[in-house]
Amino acid sequence: MSLDKNDIRKLAVLARIDVDDAIIDDVASKISDILAMVDQMQAQDTSAVEAMANPLDAVQRLRRDEITETDQRQSFQAIAPATEDGLYLVPKVID
Amino acid sequence: MQWETVIGLEIHVQLCTGSKIFSGAATRFGAEPNTQACAIDLAMPGTLPVLNEQAVRYAIMFGLATNSTINLRSVFDRKNYFYPDLPKGYQTTQLEQPIVGPGVVEIELEDGSSKNVRLHHAHLEEDAGKSLHEDYHGMSGIDLNRAGTPLIEIVTEPDMRSSKEAIAFARKMHAIVTSLGISDGAMAQGSMRVDVNISVRPQGSDELGTRTETKNLNSFKFMEDAIRVEVHRQIELIEDGGVVAQETRLYNGDTGEARSMRSKEEANDYRYFPCPDLLPVVVDQAIVDEIAASLPELPDTRQKRFITEYGLGRYDAGLLAGEKTMADYFEATVAQCDDAKLSANWITAELAAALNRHDIELEDCPVSARQLGQLITRIIDGTVSGKIAKQEIFPALWDGEAGVDQLITDKGLRQVSDSSALEQLVDQVLADKAEQVEQYRATEEKKRKKLLGGFMGPIMKASGGQANPAMVSEILKRKLEP
Repeated sequence: MSLDKNDIRKLAVLARIDVDDAIIDDVASKISDILAMVDQMQAQDTSAVEAMANPLDAVQRLRRDEITETDQRQSFQAIAPATEDGLYLVPKVID
Repeated sequence: MQWETVIGLEIHVQLCTGSKIFSGAATRFGAEPNTQACAIDLAMPGTLPVLNEQAVRYAIMFGLATNSTINLRSVFDRKNYFYPDLPKGYQTTQLEQPIVGPGVVEIELEDGSSKNVRLHHAHLEEDAGKSLHEDYHGMSGIDLNRAGTPLIEIVTEPDMRSSKEAIAFARKMHAIVTSLGISDGAMAQGSMRVDVNISVRPQGSDELGTRTETKNLNSFKFMEDAIRVEVHRQIELIEDGGVVAQETRLYNGDTGEARSMRSKEEANDYRYFPCPDLLPVVVDQAIVDEIAASLPELPDTRQKRFITEYGLGRYDAGLLAGEKTMADYFEATVAQCDDAKLSANWITAELAAALNRHDIELEDCPVSARQLGQLITRIIDGTVSGKIAKQEIFPALWDGEAGVDQLITDKGLRQVSDSSALEQLVDQVLADKAEQVEQYRATEEKKRKKLLGGFMGPIMKASGGQANPAMVSEILKRKLEP
């Protein structure tokens, strides 16, 4: 599978990255190479292999439902760029 | 053309654990901003999640209560997206191997019919924080207290065909999670939030139309309104030759309007993958069996018990058993007055109307079950009439003026059951209505009953509503005999 310029522009929008027009051909060819390698891997029959969530042969340990954390807002907010009324301030987001 | 509505739901339910799903921070609602957001919730470098056992147990309880498969092995995944109220840059959730599902739930409709709704699955995940868009010098404020609160997301198959069915299902879920005690169910506080997937298709077609998703509805009323608005929009659009676009929509309960939030074109690619910070969760069948053996009474069972134990009708039993707080209130009232039918009537009529009128929840009801039981006891033992109880005593109880017996004494509301006093009253009214008395006596016996009301009304009125109606009726009949 190979990608053209328009595919790259759309991917750039989805990935929220700014891809300069000057390098777009180069990016397209590099990503196409990567996809070609994926295609190559796809050729392998994995139908008999069970999906692996984790390489370790271990299971999740659970913790008891207990409140162990105390309020450390002051320390955390001391390293935040901007806070007010106990809130962390970030550039305006509207969804 | 006749259109059929097809609805599937995704319901987020906050689990009422004391601490968060992956950290030991508290989950209490309404705390000062960011005082319950610890290093793990803030995604500080080097922190690692540890799964809360209680959240797992609650999810299993939900699965057992909805006749669902419990997956003894489940896996957490990362759902990646960028938003400031999600500090890690991904939500820890379950995609391919959820802890619960599939299952099936029976819902009962207003007309008495019932239908099955299939659960696709239910999974465990963490809630995000809250963004406040009030003006902070052109910036947004972020409160991460809610980040990491455990949720189960319940996902149904597209099995519902009307807003009534969808709401019946959502109510059923609410009843189940509150009866299980795994969620406080406080919808206004966001403890249960519903996303509605809606499509329409020509009646009789078995192909699904393109669906839209209306997100984050936190009341049954909003659900009903949002579904109506969206179904109408889709049908109009198609009938005008348009095509429904697959998109996410936001419904504004204040304006009753919905707008497109994002279309499929720009949809996030969430790049799900198994979370490397969490190992697969493996639950022993013995634990599932132990949880199954200790499940509390579920709404369906309680409804059946209300029918057999208290002799209630199916509808009333369903209504009362459908909400845990209401079912508890009902049983506490019956325990006090020992009359299930009167208790049911009072709760579903007077009490429900008053709650509605004051727009408050039963939890905040100023009249306790014990007080209502005491009031009903006074109706049963003939101290007050039902009418006086409704018109005078109940509103005074509501306003917290005094206790039941105190109110009856203070306001002089005791029902007059003294037969000589009542005889006098009846005589007085009959003397004023000599003509009607003649008419009554001239009427054939079968039709007389209708005319009795013409005397009862004035007599009750003359007594200030305090005459014992059963006794008045008896005296009246006797005196009217020719």
